[in-house]
Amino acid sequence: MYTDKVLDHFQNPRNVGKIDDADGIGEIGSAQCGDIMKIYIKVDENDVISDLKFQTYGCGAAVASSSVASTMLIGKSIDEALKFRNRDALEALGGLPTEKVHCSVLAEDAIRAAIWDYSQKSGKKFEGLKNYEPAARH
Amino acid sequence: MIVGEIVIYMDNSATTKVRQEVVEAMLPCFTEQFGNPSSIYHFSGADAGKLINNSREIIAKCIGAKSNEIYFTAGGTESDNWAIRSVAKMLRGKGNRLITSKIEHHAVLHSFQALEDEGFDIVYLDVNEYGQVDLEQLRNEINEETSLVSIMMANNEVGTVQPVAEIAKIAHENGALFHTDAVQALGSFEIDVSRMGIDLASFSAHKIYGPKGVGALYVNNKVNIEPFILGGAQERKKRAGTENVPGIVGFGKALELLDGELEFHQKHLREMSNLLIQRITSEIDNVVLTGHPSERHPGIASFCFEFAEGEAIILDLNFAGISASTGSACTTGSAGASHVLQAMGISDMISHGSLRLSVGYFNTIEEVNTVVDVLKKSIKRLRKMSPLCD
Repeated sequence: MYTDKVLDHFQNPRNVGKIDDADGIGEIGSAQCGDIMKIYIKVDENDVISDLKFQTYGCGAAVASSSVASTMLIGKSIDEALKFRNRDALEALGGLPTEKVHCSVLAEDAIRAAIWDYSQKSGKKFEGLKNYEPAARH
Repeated sequence: MIVGEIVIYMDNSATTKVRQEVVEAMLPCFTEQFGNPSSIYHFSGADAGKLINNSREIIAKCIGAKSNEIYFTAGGTESDNWAIRSVAKMLRGKGNRLITSKIEHHAVLHSFQALEDEGFDIVYLDVNEYGQVDLEQLRNEINEETSLVSIMMANNEVGTVQPVAEIAKIAHENGALFHTDAVQALGSFEIDVSRMGIDLASFSAHKIYGPKGVGALYVNNKVNIEPFILGGAQERKKRAGTENVPGIVGFGKALELLDGELEFHQKHLREMSNLLIQRITSEIDNVVLTGHPSERHPGIASFCFEFAEGEAIILDLNFAGISASTGSACTTGSAGASHVLQAMGISDMISHGSLRLSVGYFNTIEEVNTVVDVLKKSIKRLRKMSPLCD
């Protein structure tokens, strides 16, 4: 039921872990299926994500979409990262079974939460966070 | 879901591998004794009608019933639907109340929900943390309006065994009939319908190393059950349709084999599930055994792991060639976790990490040890990935 890409990312997830001196941390939980994702980012002087690590509690689809999202976000500017959408991860994985699509909704919110945390800590404002509500949860 | 070749099958509560002796008993029904049991001419050797009645007698003898109390069906689900819906409607004159439990198989629960939509008053009994029904609540809820009590013999997800004889007694004291879904229990427990006070019972062949698509309903002769499927005189005009002769022959053969070695089967399963429970609960942290610690199906070992999600565990096991199952929300296809775990009061967060390992005839102690070793690695890997484990 899963594509080879999903299975590969589930078995060998990229960028798992923590960053002790992270510039931003975001954690998102999905009440619908109990999945939780936490993202740690390092941001360089040009506001580019130079490193990203994640931790995910969840099913195969949640782990795989977290992993593929992490590979897509490293090297992106903050403004680009704020344009990341869950469907980008879904496409990169070659799709998910319909009933599992809702398990791939963590990364978009987790990266926004991490960037919001970074903006709070750095005092920088980002256009993509204009209407962001930090308490928003699925 | 399967992501590789299954080398160790440990999902025997879902279905079982058909025994070779069963396949061999069935094969002649396809090409030699393929006649329609309703036809009056005879094929060489045993005719189909005799084969069916032979299976009927095997099943009747095994559960302490008369052979004319056994009706063949297309499986456990049909048996449950037939028993519940027919009895409820037949006895509507007695009253509108029907009693079941919150942890029944969906074949039972959905049958009752359909009756609820038709205006019946259904009581879904609570269970305790071990999954046993609340007998006090049953005594309080049952009244003279109650026509049927239906409680499963052994739960398919957590293995908890219900005190069916006691439940039957309470039902009878109040003039109600007692039905039990014994699909998971057949072949693993000694079943005696008269001693246990069972009026109707559902069985299935594919859980006992027989073929899929065939089951049986036991109906005590005192109950003149209404037919559920119309269109012919088969099964004494109670269940129309040309009989599934190969399936029925396979069902009979599977039960005959198992009945002859019930003690060995129980002991073999118990030894393996005990080892699973002993090793998993002592070698892995933050795990709970679900279901009753002693009153349980000999083949079912079910657990909830904290900080590791059930579907992810199943996938890891699959990669190692092991099949098992989970009641995690991520696999039930609904928003919530398994209704059985919910009814037992297990929180959603804990039940996300549920795993059921169900051993059977073909499993070995060596396989059990391999499964535990793989499981330990999986739990360690998944917890290392989890933000909950910091």
